[in-house]
Amino acid sequence: MGKGILGTKLGMTQVFDESGRAVSVTVLEAGPCRVTQIRTVPRDGYEAVQVGFGRRRRVNQPEAGHLKAASAGPVKVLREVPMPDGVEVQVGQDLTVALFSPGERVDVTATSKGKGFQGGVKRHGFGRGPMTHGSKYHRGPGSLSSRTSGGGGRVHPGRKLPGRMGHRRVTVQSLVVERVDEPRNLLLVRGAVPGPRGGIVLIRSAVKAGGGRS
Amino acid sequence: MDLVTQLDRESERSDIPDFRPGDTVRVHVKVVEGTRERIQMFEGVVIGRKQGGVRETFTVRRVSYGIGVERAFLVHSPRIARIEVVRRGLVRRAKLYYLRGLSGKRAKVKERRS
Repeated sequence: MGKGILGTKLGMTQVFDESGRAVSVTVLEAGPCRVTQIRTVPRDGYEAVQVGFGRRRRVNQPEAGHLKAASAGPVKVLREVPMPDGVEVQVGQDLTVALFSPGERVDVTATSKGKGFQGGVKRHGFGRGPMTHGSKYHRGPGSLSSRTSGGGGRVHPGRKLPGRMGHRRVTVQSLVVERVDEPRNLLLVRGAVPGPRGGIVLIRSAVKAGGGRS
Repeated sequence: MDLVTQLDRESERSDIPDFRPGDTVRVHVKVVEGTRERIQMFEGVVIGRKQGGVRETFTVRRVSYGIGVERAFLVHSPRIARIEVVRRGLVRRAKLYYLRGLSGKRAKVKERRS
């Protein structure tokens, strides 16, 4: 069922691959994630591993007790990741970037950067009107519905309109792992990853097999 | 130093000679032709360097058969076998884009003697 690890996005840079080509990569600092609980089919109905990542000064008492059982310090995030197959996982153990190897494909999930209140042109890719030549219709949303027939005199639910954009959970699929740096807990992944630098990311093995460029 | 910068430092090359805009350089580039690899040369005036750590690039301009050719290289690319500084130039700006509009004797860069 794959595997997963938590990390933070450090930023983007460029590295050279074996053939000397420059590749744009995102540097992720992932793990070590202390296993705090294991979800099993008989008890929970599914398989997963609950892990903690990052540090913070204090957690509330119930959480502290839960973490103590896994001999973990106060963690920033506590999240469930897929159970790694082929590896025996126990509470109190650490998951590290060693789970992944270069060339492998991963899906990276994170909260995207918030863009604030945006119009339809940016938010949904609406076309805009002419900016000149006497036009007074520039970047508006256009007609929302019709009085009769299809529209029925009302605006249908789900109509794309201006509104808050970004700051939502986004997953980028099938990114190639370019490099794994175990001593420093770094994972270099080809391409961009959602969210700001310092944002929490969830890295899981890719859902899709992924053809094309490797 | 943050980890990203540190990582960048590691892929930087230390065997790059010191050269500036205005200098004439001969860049030895590794070219892959099918299965064979050979070295190709590109000689011309450096018309600018774009800083950026490992991402640093430099642009070399030469006039080949009456046609101006500019080529940008990544300074730290492993595809660059060697950079030879042929001649030092004396110029007063960082980007020599003005050379594009000049030809013949006016496009000459004065030599810097130290």
